[in-house]
Amino acid sequence: MTDSVMTNAHRGMVGKVALRWVLYLLLCAFALFYMMPLFVMITTSLKSLEEIRTGSLMSLPREVTFAAWSTAWSSACTGIQCEGLRPYFWNSVLLAVPAVIISTMIGALNGYVVAQWRFRGANVLFALMLFGCFIPFQVVLLPMARVLGVMGLAGSISGLIFVHVIYGIGFTTLFFRNYYVTIPTELVKAAKVDGASFWRIFMSIFLPLSLPIIVVTVIWQFTQIWNDFLFGVSFSQAGTQPVTVALNNIVNSTTGVKEYNVDMAAAIIAALPTLLVYVVAGKYFIRGLTAGSVKG
Amino acid sequence: MAPILEIKNLYKDFGSTNILNDVNASIEAGEFLVLVGPSGCGKSTLLNCIAGLEPITSGSIRIGGRDTTHVSPKDRDIAMVFQSYALYPTMSVAKNITFGMKVRGVDKAEQDAKLAEVARQLQIEALLDRRPAQLSGGQRQRVAMGRALVRDPKLFLFDEPLSNLDAKLRVEMRTEIKKLHQNLGASMVYVTHDQIEAMTLATKIVVMKGGVVQQIGSPAEIYTRPANLFVADFMGSPAMNLIPAQVTMNGKGATFTIARDDAAPLVLHDENAQPLPDNVVLGLRPEDIGDAALRKGSKLQISNCQVDVVEPAGADTYVLMALGGVEVTARLQAETAAQPGADMDFTFNMEKASYFDADTGQRLN
Repeated sequence: MTDSVMTNAHRGMVGKVALRWVLYLLLCAFALFYMMPLFVMITTSLKSLEEIRTGSLMSLPREVTFAAWSTAWSSACTGIQCEGLRPYFWNSVLLAVPAVIISTMIGALNGYVVAQWRFRGANVLFALMLFGCFIPFQVVLLPMARVLGVMGLAGSISGLIFVHVIYGIGFTTLFFRNYYVTIPTELVKAAKVDGASFWRIFMSIFLPLSLPIIVVTVIWQFTQIWNDFLFGVSFSQAGTQPVTVALNNIVNSTTGVKEYNVDMAAAIIAALPTLLVYVVAGKYFIRGLTAGSVKG
Repeated sequence: MAPILEIKNLYKDFGSTNILNDVNASIEAGEFLVLVGPSGCGKSTLLNCIAGLEPITSGSIRIGGRDTTHVSPKDRDIAMVFQSYALYPTMSVAKNITFGMKVRGVDKAEQDAKLAEVARQLQIEALLDRRPAQLSGGQRQRVAMGRALVRDPKLFLFDEPLSNLDAKLRVEMRTEIKKLHQNLGASMVYVTHDQIEAMTLATKIVVMKGGVVQQIGSPAEIYTRPANLFVADFMGSPAMNLIPAQVTMNGKGATFTIARDDAAPLVLHDENAQPLPDNVVLGLRPEDIGDAALRKGSKLQISNCQVDVVEPAGADTYVLMALGGVEVTARLQAETAAQPGADMDFTFNMEKASYFDADTGQRLN
């Protein structure tokens, strides 16, 4: 089959069609390759420990059981406590939701100012903010710990929100600035002549235009903050740890038998919210990244 | 009565670059002032300064007799129409028009009444619920004008409002703006790079170049008596013929000798000429050169020239020839017998001639 396709391609007559087929085959192969880990994770999480020990890694579960999922959610041990992921999952929600909202709002405002209210030094300021995007997190761990200590936020969820907002502002500002810079400056002028204030122009004219870029920013920020491990493990204490840290603890602190099914279920639970955000808002993500110019 | 708009000694710098240099201009109530010039001449910047959207470096701007030099745009009692129309993309046409009133806190009943009145005036009643993206260029233009009209301001400002429209629509909207001006009797300042727009709309034209005002005058003054070579060349289409000539002064006025490549020099006289330097640039509009066979007049001087190119344009026929080392255009009647390569007699109307200093470019007569 493949041989005949190849010869056809060489003949050049149906070369184009053949090329398409080769392309699709390659894409399918890659898709399968990338789906493999997910497949293994899901099937393993639905098997009993007994079956994992005896069966093959790739085989489908003979008997589907959700026991591992409920263990992972509510009774798996993270160190000495055995409450599962649940409390940490809510920590992550309490952390990610405000951090995403605050950093997105600040980014929108920053972008609006940098793009539409040009002032002396606006470019330098923007460049410095961009620079913030490229500082490795490890570099700031110690100074940030000190700052959080001074502010009295050490080990709290508020402290983690603060850290994520600060490190998100560079990216959110970049997103909004690049979006707003495509909007003609005459719009602001017209609104000024109409008598609208700085805030009125932002609320009545710019925010209603911003849905695509808000979606992009929210997805980006939510993924970053939810998946963060480094800040989570550095700036939290027992009781305020996010789900990523708890997942690590579940996987690393089992004694005796390694419960692969529970580990897999826990990993999937920890990844679900970001997956959900992509599924719900994914089409806006692409649209927002490519769109920008506002006509009319 | 105080002028509606009075600009005095206005300077505008961006950093070390000078954009506007000592601009002075004023208009009375009901006048239509057009700022015209090539791109980069500072005309749009000047309009933005009048609107208060750009701070000025020095000088003063008075609107309606009140010093508004440091007043914010919303308090200048102006309305502005932009080149890109600048309609608020997420608002309906009705909301676009009433946004300004809403911001100023005008009560709802009055907003609705004014909206209805303006919509009727501009014939956009059917469009009020649409978004700007659903409108054609001409419709957007009307909405942008509607937004300005509801304000009922002392002064309307237009920033190249027609340059995004296609040629046919541009002519239509030009006429509408002119009608609007006549019906409202409003005072307007209008920026354009199109000298035909300037001529047709203005009661007063300001020609600008490099941030410096070149000439201020009525369209007729600008057309017949351009202040310098730049204005002469910029205003009018086809442009004024600017022919280098040698001058000999004698008891009977001036004699102009214009060199020709392959014929004896062309000689023209002006009995009424004041003393002129030896070298001048003679400015003649294309319509001041005619076909001797079709045009009669005692003051016209007739001379034989070789025709290079004949361009029939319907109502007129343009004939091109070489005089004094430059290409000269004559606007002849359509029934002219001009043939390319042939010699024929032309009339030169020296009463309409402009003389410019060959070195400084300034007008001499």
